[in-house]
Amino acid sequence: MTMVNLTLNGKQVSADVPDNTLLVSFIRETMSLTGTHVGCDTSQCGACVVHVDGESLKSCTMLAAAAEGASVTTIEGIANGDGLHPMQQAFHENHGLQCGFCTPGMVMAAIELVKDNPNPSEAEIREGLEGNICRCTGYHNIVKSVQAGAKMMGV
Amino acid sequence: MPEGSTKDGIGASLRRKEDKKFLTGAGRYTDDINRPGQLHVHFIRSVHAHANITAIRTDAAAAADGVVAIFTGEDVAADGIGGPICGWVVTNRDGSPTNEPPHPILANGTVRYVGDHVVAVIAETLEQAMNAAELVEIDYEVLAPVVDLANAASSTQIHENVPGNMYFDFELGDESATAAALESAATIVELEVRNNRLIPNAMEPRAALAEYDTGEDSYTLFTTSQNPHLTRLVIGAFMLSIPESKLRVVAPDVGGGFGSKIYVYPEEAVCTWASKKLERPIKWTADRSEAFLSDAHGRDHINKVRMGLDADNRIIGLRVDTLANIGAYLGAFSVVTPTILHAPLLSGCYKIPAIYTNVKGMATTTARVDAYRGAGRPEATYLLERVMDTAARQVGMDPAEFRRLNFIPKDAFPYQTPVALQYDIGDYEPPLDKALEMIDYKGFEARRAEAASRGKYRGIGLSSYIEACGIAPSAVAGALGARVGLYESATVRVDPTGTVNVFTGAHSHGQGHDTTFAQIVADKLGIDAGSVEIVHGDSDKVPFGMGTYGSRSLAVGGAAIVKAVDKVIEKSKIIAAHLMEAADADVVFADGKFTVAGTDNEKGFGEIALAAYVPHNYPHDRLEPGLEETAFYDPLNFTYPSGTHVAEVEIDPSTGVVELVDWACCDDFGNLINPMIVEGQVHGGIAQGVGQALLENAHYDETGQLITASYMDYCMPRADDLPSFKVDYTVTACTHNDLGVKGCGEAGAIASPPALINAVIDALSPLGVTDMSMPASPEKVWRAINDARAEAAE
Repeated sequence: MTMVNLTLNGKQVSADVPDNTLLVSFIRETMSLTGTHVGCDTSQCGACVVHVDGESLKSCTMLAAAAEGASVTTIEGIANGDGLHPMQQAFHENHGLQCGFCTPGMVMAAIELVKDNPNPSEAEIREGLEGNICRCTGYHNIVKSVQAGAKMMGV
Repeated sequence: MPEGSTKDGIGASLRRKEDKKFLTGAGRYTDDINRPGQLHVHFIRSVHAHANITAIRTDAAAAADGVVAIFTGEDVAADGIGGPICGWVVTNRDGSPTNEPPHPILANGTVRYVGDHVVAVIAETLEQAMNAAELVEIDYEVLAPVVDLANAASSTQIHENVPGNMYFDFELGDESATAAALESAATIVELEVRNNRLIPNAMEPRAALAEYDTGEDSYTLFTTSQNPHLTRLVIGAFMLSIPESKLRVVAPDVGGGFGSKIYVYPEEAVCTWASKKLERPIKWTADRSEAFLSDAHGRDHINKVRMGLDADNRIIGLRVDTLANIGAYLGAFSVVTPTILHAPLLSGCYKIPAIYTNVKGMATTTARVDAYRGAGRPEATYLLERVMDTAARQVGMDPAEFRRLNFIPKDAFPYQTPVALQYDIGDYEPPLDKALEMIDYKGFEARRAEAASRGKYRGIGLSSYIEACGIAPSAVAGALGARVGLYESATVRVDPTGTVNVFTGAHSHGQGHDTTFAQIVADKLGIDAGSVEIVHGDSDKVPFGMGTYGSRSLAVGGAAIVKAVDKVIEKSKIIAAHLMEAADADVVFADGKFTVAGTDNEKGFGEIALAAYVPHNYPHDRLEPGLEETAFYDPLNFTYPSGTHVAEVEIDPSTGVVELVDWACCDDFGNLINPMIVEGQVHGGIAQGVGQALLENAHYDETGQLITASYMDYCMPRADDLPSFKVDYTVTACTHNDLGVKGCGEAGAIASPPALINAVIDALSPLGVTDMSMPASPEKVWRAINDARAEAAE
């Protein structure tokens, strides 16, 4: 067992977990934050993307113990109170989600994408989201959402 | 777009009510749910495609840390547990019934595909269950696998009661009339196509959590289902002998289905069964590898096509002989998909006087194949739209003009096809014209020449499709072998304050029902969509339902809601007439208000609702208090969406990579309730079709191992594989439902594969390439280019 201490959505949390606990399991099972999803077992789908110290990361690729001392932000932690984060709002306005399962990872990846490139082209968005699979939308409206979200985040 | 009577009524692109929970991580999917004291089950699956089980040794595993129970097929048999049933069977050509083999939920002596369920290991934690599973020893006597569909009939027999590995041998149409037509044809066009096998890959893996209440002797099953009531029926009545009144099935938020979550799977039944045996909740969640192995797959046909044209290039006959891979067991819709949902679609948008088809459903040692987005209709459309292009090329006509020449004319509706269906309404030229204009079809040759100057091959391809949605009516379906009804139910409950709860048997797993259905009710009642809550997915809350598949939710489920709302309005009118001391016939309802014709008397909808629940001044002699109505709607016919999709591609001959550079489509879905949601459905459907045509392929090797069992090996469409899409509509309203709607969920997946492959062939046609199989992978395309060039050089 390993005692893991980290900051989760701005709150200090600690838990004693088996050494092999993945960060995504720590978030979903230990901390009961179920907005971060598991869609595959090969780190391909991106449903589990969170931010660790401000960088987007597939939380199935990291041990919880490796996040010791880090600041982790999940989909539950990006909105300001009851309002939506501009990227969440953009996905809503542009119908960038259908079943919602890939959405948390998609939004977290999109925020990181825009942080690195505040004015991305369609091609840059498509390439930037290559690590996140969506089966519902055909990506058309996700691309529109990220473009709109980029504008809103820039304001 | 027609404007609704309220700003968020019918025709408005209202932003979705359900979005916020999904965007904030507050969605509640099955794996997000946990129950106190729950155990975890891990399934040991067959590693062989076909084998007899000679021994299973579980002693060491049973003694491992945390293990609570281990179940095998013997335990299932001892308890008399049944298997998942086939929901629709057909009569064979010779009059005999479909061969239905047993499907034990844990293998009973024989395994029939890699991934078949053999042992259930149940432990306190998932890790303990998985570790203990390593200690279970299973001895297999390996049998010959059956993987090659073309030779399945002459291979080792898989099931005792399925001779020649043929589940069914179905036919439709007039064989001799078709033979005569083909005999007299001026031109015969022949084509053999393979509709590649796909794995649905909803992003949420399947999961189940079952709990038994000892006090009530009742069960609750949370599961990833598109139709919780059907799950309740099948598990309750056919598998575990639980009265439906004692089995609650909840399908909470479900992360996509595409058909794969229609069916009852062994895992759900094992969880439910074990929850009583162990008196603890039992949880199971598939990992993606298990999903690849054991979810129902889609498509997998070999179609041999012969089409005859007269001297004027009009189609006079069509014969299609199909081998459909059904896999190791029959699923709920695995018989109806390649037969009833496929054969009647072979007339497409075209006037074809004689059609005959034979479909043989074959058993193989692969995962079961069942309905996947489009279900039978994509397979029919693919072969038809491929042969249409082949024919056009053969007679030297423009493919668009060849289609136009053969379209059923708009004055021919209702149109009776020679393959059972009667199309109520349609008009196929306007969507064709619009789609061609959207993609600038006339300017294509200039673009082809420009691409050629850059060393690229550019091609354009189209597909005009028809779909049959909202399977119905129940009586006809029953006569054709359906074992369920095909209606939908709705209850509309008005609260005393005038807000509304709608209980629908349809299930939303991405389709946006919370919004679309609310818009319908808001429009009809003249209230805000925000005042309408849609309740679905819980068999304890919703009286009955048939779920969501076959683009039926709006055409059937929405129509049921309209019927229930109409009953609410009728009752409300009587209340209003009483309150305003008027005759019933003089009361008019519009814009949320009841008025007495010719007076300024009016009552708001909210006032009527309050009067119904606080019935101090109330027509007690005529009505019961309360304002809640239920309706069942059983459609009179299928609905027939149609349209044309056009794909434009560019191929790099040095790599064989097909780049999809443009897409335009024009669909006729009848009236649109929420155009934004409809457009999203079209986008997603096209993407899945592009996946089939360019990227996806489920491949078993000759030993029956699934080679493409992860996202490293099975190529899913990603954002950078696709362009943005140009989408538009024409409208001919469905004639037989109150909304005039047809359904839009599957159209994209139906129309897109042939458009894309036709475009690839068109691009390579200067090289003499006339065929291309799906998926048109870079390797295949590169080889086709180089083979053609080598042949030209000789």
